Amino acid sequence: MAETFDFELVSPEKLLFSKPVAMVTAPGCKGEYGVLPGHAPMITEIKPGLLRIYENEDTVVTNRLFVNGGFAEVTQTRFTVLANEAIPISELKLETLQALVKDLDQKIADANSEEEREPYRAEQDFLAVKILAATS
Amino acid sequence: MPSLKDLKNRISSVKSTRKITSAMKMVAGSKLRRAQEKAESARPYERRMSRMLSSLASSLAESKTPVPRLIAGTGKDEEVLIVAITSDRGLCGAFNSNVVRETRRMIHQHESQNKKVSLICVGRKGRDILRKDFASKILFSIENLGRKGGMSFSEGSELNDKILALFNDGKFDSCYIVYNRFKSVISQIVTIKQLIPFAIETEADGAKIEPLIGLKFEPNQKAILESLLPKALAVTLYGTLLESMAGAQAAQMTAMDNATRNAGDMINKLTLNYNRSRQAFITKELIEIISGAEAV
Repeated sequence: MAETFDFELVSPEKLLFSKPVAMVTAPGCKGEYGVLPGHAPMITEIKPGLLRIYENEDTVVTNRLFVNGGFAEVTQTRFTVLANEAIPISELKLETLQALVKDLDQKIADANSEEEREPYRAEQDFLAVKILAATS
Repeated sequence: MPSLKDLKNRISSVKSTRKITSAMKMVAGSKLRRAQEKAESARPYERRMSRMLSSLASSLAESKTPVPRLIAGTGKDEEVLIVAITSDRGLCGAFNSNVVRETRRMIHQHESQNKKVSLICVGRKGRDILRKDFASKILFSIENLGRKGGMSFSEGSELNDKILALFNDGKFDSCYIVYNRFKSVISQIVTIKQLIPFAIETEADGAKIEPLIGLKFEPNQKAILESLLPKALAVTLYGTLLESMAGAQAAQMTAMDNATRNAGDMINKLTLNYNRSRQAFITKELIEIISGAEAV
């Protein structure tokens, strides 16, 4: 068994994951990064994206979760992710997401000015990331 | 001396009151359990957030990044914002009036120091009482928090955003929360918590946190602080709200338990009275009959 470190994933409403793991990759704001035991300490912001957990060895993904932004703290012995929201990929339904995209497209087409479209665009980007995570 | 019929009516009315209070106690009990679970499950995030903040703060001391205003304060101490957290429903003992009393005390204390005080009321009961005396000070009030399916984090952060916007507009220099701390089911303690300037814990479990050497930031320390601090405030506020909600249910449960017991006592007393007067009435009737027979 590979060397492990403590990984915790918490959202404001509950503790989702707390176990020793071999490796985790997280969507940092400057690109995805992986954390192995003994990583140099750092604090990063996390953007919406996919969190991969490798529980036993660092080649097999055991758990995939969608995180909706947040923060992560890495120290020598532990890795903590404070997510604004975290959803296991199995709970993301591609059909419902695609329906949402269709809705949004309609709203953008109906909007009269660029300002009205602005909030929809942001949501659109966000959904695109979610779909990417769901299909990966 | 009330008549037998009056007594009978009183007994039946107290009995139905007892039924209501004991039902309310049950309801409060099950709501309490849910609220407690919720408060419990929010705690890990809060704890980890404060751990992250303290390692951030320890690195802050070494670097040249200016300390944000949320931690350092505005450098003045002239305007105070008080957030009074009460419940929407009454019938929970001294739960709300304790918060109101403490808020009132604080307002007078700060005003005697020539500070300007403003108020935010969370919960209908507190608002109703406080607006009698301090209507001009209340900026806004919030009610019906967590009415549907329990409190969500977004409700807490919404309130937090409003407070932060006020802070950024320079509407106040420091902010305090007055709320009921959930000590146990039978005891809630009115507590004042300072929200802004934000106090970062530099100790965890009695041990001082060692600053991490060579801590790196992504994108950079300033940006992280700017987005992490409001989040931390929201988490603190959310935790406080949850605790107060659980406290309200606990207070209601205790109050209703007492009421049920009092109603029981009252029924016993009334029943005793009722039986006594009934017996007295029978005795009187007998005496009348006997003395009538003797006279013949």
